Amino acid sequence: MAIDENTVRRVAHLARLALPEERVAPMAAELNGILAWIEQLGEVDVEGVEPMTSAVAVALPMRDDVVTDGGAPVRVLANAPKSEDGFFVVPKVVE
Amino acid sequence: MSADLTKLTLKDALDGLDRKAFSSRELTDAFLAAIDAANPALNAYVVVTANKARAMADAADARRAKGEARPLDGAPLGIKDLFCTEGVRSTACSAVLGNFTPTYESTVTARLFGDGAVMLGKLNMDEFAMGSSNETSAFGPVVSPWRRGNDVAKLTPGGSSGGSAAAVAADLCLGATATDTGGSIRQPAAFTGTVGIKPTYGRCSRWGIVAFASSLDQAGPIAKTVEDSAILLRSMAGHDPKDSTSLPLETPDFAKACGRSVKGLRIGIPKEYRVDGMPAEIEALWRQGMAWLKDAGCEIVDISLPHTKYALPAYYIVAPAEASSNLARYDGMRFGARADGRDLTETYEKSRAQGFGREVQRRILIGTYVLSAGYYDAYYLRAQKVRQRIAQDFRDAYEKVDAILTPTAPSAAFGLGEKSGDPVQMYLNDIFTVTANLAGLPGISLPAALDSAGLPLGLQVIGRALDEETVFAVAGAVEKAAGYTAKPARWW
Repeated sequence: MAIDENTVRRVAHLARLALPEERVAPMAAELNGILAWIEQLGEVDVEGVEPMTSAVAVALPMRDDVVTDGGAPVRVLANAPKSEDGFFVVPKVVE
Repeated sequence: MSADLTKLTLKDALDGLDRKAFSSRELTDAFLAAIDAANPALNAYVVVTANKARAMADAADARRAKGEARPLDGAPLGIKDLFCTEGVRSTACSAVLGNFTPTYESTVTARLFGDGAVMLGKLNMDEFAMGSSNETSAFGPVVSPWRRGNDVAKLTPGGSSGGSAAAVAADLCLGATATDTGGSIRQPAAFTGTVGIKPTYGRCSRWGIVAFASSLDQAGPIAKTVEDSAILLRSMAGHDPKDSTSLPLETPDFAKACGRSVKGLRIGIPKEYRVDGMPAEIEALWRQGMAWLKDAGCEIVDISLPHTKYALPAYYIVAPAEASSNLARYDGMRFGARADGRDLTETYEKSRAQGFGREVQRRILIGTYVLSAGYYDAYYLRAQKVRQRIAQDFRDAYEKVDAILTPTAPSAAFGLGEKSGDPVQMYLNDIFTVTANLAGLPGISLPAALDSAGLPLGLQVIGRALDEETVFAVAGAVEKAAGYTAKPARWW
């Protein structure tokens, strides 16, 4: 399953990463190198094996659906690149 | 006197503080002076919090004077930059976080400071903990305090917790926090002649630790001795309702297990860990480790972990997949650095392209690809099944043995720049450590000898889930038999 340059562009867009055109071909080569090495997983017999989704088998704890924290807009906004009147300021989304 | 204080173990420093042989303020000032002298050459700290450290030391001294000393009161530690620290810049050594300064404290650091530990500063690391040599840090690589004899070539301290390992090895703190997703505590510990333990997944809360791969990430300490690492882990571990994967269990007194007899324990030697190209010195050290444990009364048992060779390829699907999801939050909107574009999408794409380094971008792309439509079953689902096979290998082995002994890394520390050109070669550094992450098991690395070039080599002990005590007991026995005392000759 070799990755071509168009796939690199598509995946970069999915990941919202601007990839300069001159880096597309080298990135395709790097990803193919890594994926070729990963292909050996195809040798493993995984018939009937349940996928492992957690490292230690415990049931996830449940808690009451109540507010436990909040009311701290100053702290929430403390690291915002841009903020105003208690809001994040972001680029215009709708023209 | 102050030059000597930095050379103490954590245990001896706590004893000295108890006897009033010196104050935490004196100890802290000694470390701050050592950091000032060493950091321009080693680049281990990315932030030094001198004022905070002195204030914490004074508070610790005041508690001790009143007879209210806490378990780690007055002990100066370094904190890996992956841990969020309230009011102190925390960036995971990535430009994408800019000058991010948390308004909250990670659970692990809160526990340490609650027990009286003093924070000296934030330690350098590979960007988002993605690397095995510290070369992916946005602040430049850490330089190991170790050299190959008189050769001045700069060596890596390992990664990703390279700053933590270098700082402990060079006596720039009594101990340090670190994290381990594929070997990031144990490989740097092996490269620098220090001790590092990754506990069972779920022992330490991940709350407030910048996430890389959530099903694999665990915090642990890097320290000078097995006992020091046990003391630190006890303070770091414990249930935290804010991390749903944190285990609701009592934390044992790990330090008590360090001197425990290992007589009658069965130690497994996995044949699959004899890999092509492994230096003869590492093979010899491994055999020496078996002999030491046999002398201590252990039974050495040959075992097989048949899926070992598939661990790294499985890891390089699971970890990037989880990373691509975790790192989606860095969009330049709510925190971190923003690079303005023509519209929202371009602002996202530019902010992320400028903020993430090359290795991180590579892993985000791999992760996005293996999770994308049409490939999920072939890659991610298959990798999760292989992971189950690897975990089963260990479950089968622990029917026959109590702990497993392996080398920590397939080589001694290498030179900066030597492996950075080939991602797969770099990934192979974690070949002996990554299995414990995939299976969620505790693993410790401790220094056992120097190689012919004068560089430290480590041995690893892997235990059953939640059986850190046997891991500490076996590591303690190896430490005692090895009598390892080497320190890097000071050149900085």
